[in-house]
Amino acid sequence: MHVKKLIMRNISDIRADFPVLSRKVYDKPLVYLDNGASTQKPQYVLDAVNQVYTSYYSNIHRGVHNLSDKATEEYENAREKVRSFMNAAGKEEIIFTSGSTGSINMAAFSFGERFVGRGDEIIVSHLEHHANIVPWQMMCERKGAILRVIPIDDNGEIIFEEYRKLLSPKTRLVAVTQVSNAFGIILPVRKIIEAAHSMDIPVLIDGAQGIQHGATDVREMDCDFYVFSGHKIYGPAGIGVLYGKTKWLSEMPPYQGGGDMVARVTFEKTTYNELPFRFEAGTMNFPAAIGLGAAIDYVLSTGMEFIGNREKELLAHATERLSAVKNLRIYGNSVSKIPTISFLLKGIHMYDTGMILDKLGIAVRTGTHCAQPLMDRFGIEGTVRASMCFYNTVEEIDKLGTGIEKALTMFA
Amino acid sequence: MTINEVQDTIIEDFSVFDEWMDKYSLLIDLGKDLPLIDSGFKTKDFLIEGCQSKVWLHPEFNGSKITFTADSDAIITRGIIALLIKVLSDRTPAEIISADLYFIDKIGLRQNLSPTRSNGLLSMIRQIKLYALAYQSKFKT
Repeated sequence: MHVKKLIMRNISDIRADFPVLSRKVYDKPLVYLDNGASTQKPQYVLDAVNQVYTSYYSNIHRGVHNLSDKATEEYENAREKVRSFMNAAGKEEIIFTSGSTGSINMAAFSFGERFVGRGDEIIVSHLEHHANIVPWQMMCERKGAILRVIPIDDNGEIIFEEYRKLLSPKTRLVAVTQVSNAFGIILPVRKIIEAAHSMDIPVLIDGAQGIQHGATDVREMDCDFYVFSGHKIYGPAGIGVLYGKTKWLSEMPPYQGGGDMVARVTFEKTTYNELPFRFEAGTMNFPAAIGLGAAIDYVLSTGMEFIGNREKELLAHATERLSAVKNLRIYGNSVSKIPTISFLLKGIHMYDTGMILDKLGIAVRTGTHCAQPLMDRFGIEGTVRASMCFYNTVEEIDKLGTGIEKALTMFA
Repeated sequence: MTINEVQDTIIEDFSVFDEWMDKYSLLIDLGKDLPLIDSGFKTKDFLIEGCQSKVWLHPEFNGSKITFTADSDAIITRGIIALLIKVLSDRTPAEIISADLYFIDKIGLRQNLSPTRSNGLLSMIRQIKLYALAYQSKFKT
């Protein structure tokens, strides 16, 4: 298997890489605009996963036999691909998890056990996905700590001065998203990290909606932790990553106990394996990890710059097209966004809009997008979210525009 | 008309249309005829917990039959509950409990029946049958 350099490939060739994109729903060509929830998979990734099961499937890190060696080697290759993709300093900083949610739960538990006590504070933003709220709340409850929230303005952007005021000697960690999943707004994470570091406070970045849209360099960003999900970057479901600087990870106790995470077990005392294995208890989803490695190959050969530029064009077109629709309000206005548009039609329930679009073959998400505090902030029950990525087309966006107009006439 | 006769009428009404757009337009129109719930009952007690659109359902039992009124904040959902009420309102608890709602499949609303589907059609049916069960056991004792 070899991914050719995709520079200058045209969009129909790119779309042909993704089998699902050519299917029809209700006899209409699928228009897939729910990439924020999960992205489709290129054949290259599907082949890589299939190859695990058909040619060398065996458990990793355990056998002396040939297949186990091969599976282990491919799994560790995938870890190296992730390391290099994020520009982490070492492979021991890359922990495979079940996804962003799993990563944040692990970080919240283990960091909390070691570094958080009664009266301490954790800061999140008002834009967070529930996955970057609830694990911290659970940890705060356990530790008697307090969760603080960075407020946002009416455009949906964080109020930086208020964030500065929240930082205090009691702050143990700042956990913010790189990009708002509900509104698509990109947060100034570099500035957020700088401000926290000036007070020696570590920062976790939730990259679930960030990593697939542009080059990520954790050392340049200087975050202390970074999490993302494989399935949102064209990889398989059930795999994710927790990146952590060694200085933190080496101090943190394991999250789950089990096989492979130990050095020596007796009934009296167990000593733990080294990083990153200490955090990978039991049989990992290594076929998905290998699939994630293939997804990284794929986006790299497509070019992160190409992806970013194309998505900027799509966002500009979608913003222009949807702004032209009467009685449509876009939520989240920022010059810095991923190609996601969250909107509501005046007087029409988001669910009704979504149903009509669905029947036209257009897949969007409706609801709170697992960000209920954000919806409460705007006094709405949810939005319709069209989330695009580089394989979407201008024609598809125009179909969305026409579909929305159709919904408006139907419910008028 | 019996429950099944009403179901057959609905199936006939919908069978005229091949296009889903027309079917949805009919649903939207049906929603306008929904026997609306008294605004005093639009409370948490009468709210069916669906995922996205809200549905309020109020039962009234006269000793033999249950009459339902309802409302929803989403128009298509209102049409769906209007259909359920056409079929199941002003019926005895026993009739409601034993009803086999085959019309849903026949008119192409089956896709709305999966447990995760956000309009909560399944929750609506469950709630209507639960009220019927409650009144039946109350009636017997």
